[in-house]
Amino acid sequence: MSAAVNPQGRRPQHLTPGRIGLYAFLAITAAFFLTPLYIMVVTSLKAMPEIRGGNMLALPAHVTFDAWVKAWSGACTGLTCRGIQVGFWNSVRILVPSVVVSIAVGAVTGYALSFWRPRGAGLLFGLLMAVAFVPYQVFIYPLVRLFSLGGMNNSLAAIVTVHTMFGLPTMTLIFRNHFASLPIELFKAARVDGAGFWRIFSAIMLPMAVPIIVVAMILQVTGIWNDFILGLVFAGRENLPMTVQLNNIVNTTQGEREYNVDMAATLLTALVPLVVYFVSGRWFVRGIAAGAVKG
Amino acid sequence: MSHTSDVSLRGVEIGYGPVRVLDRFDLEIKASEFVVLLGPSGCGKSTLLNAIAGLADIDAGEIWIGGRNVTWAEPKDRGIAMVFQSYALYPRMSVRGNMSFGLKVAGMPRAEIDKRVREAAEMLRITEYLDRKPSELSGGQRQRVAIGRALVRDAGVFLLDEPLSNLDAQLRTELRIEIKLLHQRLGATMIYVTHDQIEAMTLADRIAVMKDRRIQQLGTPHDIYFHPANRFVASFVGAPKMNFLPGRLSLSGGVPVFRTGDVIISLEGYAFAASPLEGAQVELGIRPEHIAPGPDGQNVVVDLVEPVGSDIYAWSTLAGVQLCIRLPAETRVVRGDVLPVIFPVHRINLFDAASGDHL
Repeated sequence: MSAAVNPQGRRPQHLTPGRIGLYAFLAITAAFFLTPLYIMVVTSLKAMPEIRGGNMLALPAHVTFDAWVKAWSGACTGLTCRGIQVGFWNSVRILVPSVVVSIAVGAVTGYALSFWRPRGAGLLFGLLMAVAFVPYQVFIYPLVRLFSLGGMNNSLAAIVTVHTMFGLPTMTLIFRNHFASLPIELFKAARVDGAGFWRIFSAIMLPMAVPIIVVAMILQVTGIWNDFILGLVFAGRENLPMTVQLNNIVNTTQGEREYNVDMAATLLTALVPLVVYFVSGRWFVRGIAAGAVKG
Repeated sequence: MSHTSDVSLRGVEIGYGPVRVLDRFDLEIKASEFVVLLGPSGCGKSTLLNAIAGLADIDAGEIWIGGRNVTWAEPKDRGIAMVFQSYALYPRMSVRGNMSFGLKVAGMPRAEIDKRVREAAEMLRITEYLDRKPSELSGGQRQRVAIGRALVRDAGVFLLDEPLSNLDAQLRTELRIEIKLLHQRLGATMIYVTHDQIEAMTLADRIAVMKDRRIQQLGTPHDIYFHPANRFVASFVGAPKMNFLPGRLSLSGGVPVFRTGDVIISLEGYAFAASPLEGAQVELGIRPEHIAPGPDGQNVVVDLVEPVGSDIYAWSTLAGVQLCIRLPAETRVVRGDVLPVIFPVHRINLFDAASGDHL
């Protein structure tokens, strides 16, 4: 036995071939997924003559923000040429109430299911989960009929209702799982203290659900912002969301195709979810992982 | 802060679907009494406590607190306060917030809330932590806060659900004494659930030993320890456990004796509940500290010596059964020693081998 090195203290770090391979793979994957974004950004910063030159990957010779300005305030969607900003504000008007209402309804439902356990709670939750797997396109026609029966088709109220409904299974699931992971004795203590359904929810459970609320917000903001078909069908012509406007800009068949404007408009549309991910990615991963373990 | 209520459980039945938890359960608890529900896990003692608190529904029977039938009353309307095993402190509130939450919900004036919180905090010596969050406290401090939250409610009955089980051994002893002092000071009724027989023995005015959906014995700690009603109670209470020797009764010349193998133990003077039957299958129970070393006793060989400081436990074998003998700490005994021991008849408990009932 010859102990050349006496192991003591901190373990030495070695860069093994396996490690190098791993990093190389990661770098290639990152480049693969970033390339489209890169092309979009550089294209949006070029003028049309330069784009016609045909080198997609080249950096812009002359950086110009004209395309962004036009996309925001001057591009034509159908007959009006007021850019994508109309859609942006429509999307915000759909997004804010939809996110707030769907999270509120999901949180209360999850809370009631996990703590108050009304008769048939298990069945209700099972049904909710089963419905989550039905493709939502199936519901569109019946919903349109229902809304027009109630006289609220093509309105902000209709689209907010639809987003709340389709968000309910996921929202209920993540809140139920979160609340189910809390000790039941907390709930019992609050009941002995005399707090009722809403008091326990607002004073004790909601403050403990902040990380889950952040996750729910990320899910709902991206989901609702990126929605196309529901906005197109239910929102009405006055409230068409940004995604629908984007489609109208990009898919015009007349005249010259302004790639730089298309790219700028697309980037503008994708900006909100992108920002949400960058700001709160850490929370998102944490919440998903928590859900996975508990699910 | 002192008022107190009696508690009366009349024919209470609890079940989860087809699973019975409690069968026709009766228990009368006097005002200011300290009653401990003692039993192994799954005996229904925590469920019973939840039922008294109104946190679990009962299938049949009545619950009376302070002369009122509260069977269907909400937890807050029962005049109870509760302390939980996991403390159940509201994590986002300060200690002060935790203690005042119930009073705020009840709409009590601010000045009165402050006064009560201050008094309870002083009593429990947690005044300096009032503005901390529960996560910044140690286990013992958290449990003090949980007790404080119960104290401010000024309830007639305190329900304590294994409040010391999450603490380490030393803290458990300290808080045990504090709980007893608190009871003496407040004079409130306390119902305390535990599976720890030392806690039960030290705290209780009366202990209800529970198993299999029923009370096996209800009595003072002294009764439970020295006159167990059946073999289960005898074996559950006491550490190390009571020794049990299986054997049979016989009457030699009118004097009852216990025989196991070639060992004969005289039962002359034993207070039989009914006249003993010749040849009856019984178990003889005797606690380790009641087996006395004596000059003309049974000879047993010491297999193992366990010094625990205050005492020495000598383990040996008699008629094929392990026997624990508790000896004074200064006794000199090593493995292999032959020890003559006697079994004093007034310390012996006989149990029917089949039913386990005390004879």
